[in-house]
Amino acid sequence: MTASRRSLALFLVASLLLALFPGVGGTFYVQLLTNVMILAIFAMSLDLLIGYTGLVSFGHAAYFGLAGYVLALLGPQYEAASLWWSLPAAMGVCALFALLTGLLVLRTKGIFFIMVTLAFAQMLFFVFHDTKLGGGSDGIYIYNKPTLLIGDFALANLDNIAHFYYLVLLLMLCVYLLLRRILGSTFGRALVGIKVNEHRMQALGFPVFRYKLASYVLAGALGGLAGYLAAVQFGFVNPEILSWHKSGQVIVMVILGGMGTLYGPVLGAFAFVLLQEAFSNQAWIGEWAKHWQLGMGVFIVLVAMYLPQGLAGLLQRFGRKAEAKEEREEQP
Amino acid sequence: MDFAFFLIQLLNGLQYGLLLFLVASGLTLIFGIMGIINLAHGSFYMLGAYLAWSLASLTGSLAAAIALGIPLTVLFGMALEWLLVRRLYDRDHLFQVLLTYGLILVFEEIRSILWGDDMHGVPVPALLNASIPLTDNLSYPVYRLFISGVCLLLAYGLYLLIKKTRLGMMIRAGASNRDMVQSLGINIKFIYTLVFAVGVALAGFAGMINAPLSSVFPNMGGHVLIICFVVVVIGGIGSVKGAMAASLMIGLADTFGQVLVPEMAGMIVYLLMAVVLIWRPAGLFGRA
Repeated sequence: MTASRRSLALFLVASLLLALFPGVGGTFYVQLLTNVMILAIFAMSLDLLIGYTGLVSFGHAAYFGLAGYVLALLGPQYEAASLWWSLPAAMGVCALFALLTGLLVLRTKGIFFIMVTLAFAQMLFFVFHDTKLGGGSDGIYIYNKPTLLIGDFALANLDNIAHFYYLVLLLMLCVYLLLRRILGSTFGRALVGIKVNEHRMQALGFPVFRYKLASYVLAGALGGLAGYLAAVQFGFVNPEILSWHKSGQVIVMVILGGMGTLYGPVLGAFAFVLLQEAFSNQAWIGEWAKHWQLGMGVFIVLVAMYLPQGLAGLLQRFGRKAEAKEEREEQP
Repeated sequence: MDFAFFLIQLLNGLQYGLLLFLVASGLTLIFGIMGIINLAHGSFYMLGAYLAWSLASLTGSLAAAIALGIPLTVLFGMALEWLLVRRLYDRDHLFQVLLTYGLILVFEEIRSILWGDDMHGVPVPALLNASIPLTDNLSYPVYRLFISGVCLLLAYGLYLLIKKTRLGMMIRAGASNRDMVQSLGINIKFIYTLVFAVGVALAGFAGMINAPLSSVFPNMGGHVLIICFVVVVIGGIGSVKGAMAASLMIGLADTFGQVLVPEMAGMIVYLLMAVVLIWRPAGLFGRA
């Protein structure tokens, strides 16, 4: 099998397994996996910035949280909002916020970029934490899940755990395929070029700033998609979803999975959440479960030291081994 | 706002700024000289505070606790540099962010295991436990003035160390060209270890000396960390002078912000940072 055939096969098998999962998994695990897939969308959107455009954003939680707050604030309080307008509204607000801040933050580079993105996310955090706009530090409940109607016919009932799972799965696959397609286009190739050598791309006549801005806005909107889904799942938003810890977590997911691979961050989200579950599982590790962050922290440190390519790097290493083996078998 | 009230806020702002300087100067040295982004810097502040609390309850004196605590933090910093940080000098900043983010979690849990999750107060040393009356009902605590004084002294000491001593010269040379300094026969590896340890000790000391004012509580490092990053970025990365200017700016902006516009107070420092960076993308004293 060639490498591209193999990755297509892996993609199909993984999608199929995820599609079959609600048939065998209990409610708890279906919800857990829904959460994982939402974070996978979030991590993929950041990978577009970190892994492909070379922009290390330390404020990506801003979009995650902002979209949740848009749903909570724009939706009617005691009725359900329609997904048809509330999702585009949430993503639109995120895209707009990314456009406005992007015009400023993209003027900075390196460590300054890291810090300025953090600064804007923190500003947003304090807007919702210190003012009454979004219920202050207590946050707001979203009492009714959005509806998904065509006429009077409900396409899916988002209160139903399985329905919501499939919606998230579908959206995750769409985001993956969309980003794959974008990254395969001239635009996507140019982004990678910008990551490697910005000045050269400039000299070649590419509108570098506009390309970076486009990437930044797209990542913001997709981060908003993830945040919207998370707000729907938990039925609750508070400033914590905008905090720098959240931005840190998603960076960890991207690197843990393997940046610049797109499927890596998906793996990273799975590994991150499942490990967190394992380390905090009282049945498995007893008393130490309440110190789950210790295991997580040590794990993250080890990844930083010994696994710079992340889980995707491990997979690729196996892939190359398999290829070498096939070649050996072909030449007796 | 009458004058006494204004004076109190001014002194508070300066004291907060000077304290921030202690933490931020370590951060800016570690970044400017070694090129390491250290997210775990806030944890050193927290560990320092907890160390002060536990040693002060053991020995019965904050001064003794600090005297014991400083060598401990220096050793801790050296061990950390030697074990982990040293391996990431050549890597992308992203991995430094990752490593030190992991360390935050580890230190937070070590704190939880060693000292529990409760909040504790640390008594102000009896000698300094007094207030200077300003008006009939307003007074200013001596301990805050003491902290400001100590921070100023340390800042001056740091300035002398970096600008006037032979070691300082080696440190500055190491920041601009590590390999050249190495080939001139200077043990640059040891200098890096030392700089890191000094940075850790400064943050730890800030936590210790401020423990009577702030109390000690879980996750106390997080807020300090982010504010100190703001300080470092506004001041210009690697510039100790810039860190001083920016610390005072942030200290005053935050203190007066909380009095004048309490709803906006959290945002002000970040707004300030955004404005400064749009005006000067490399910070006030940074070299672009």
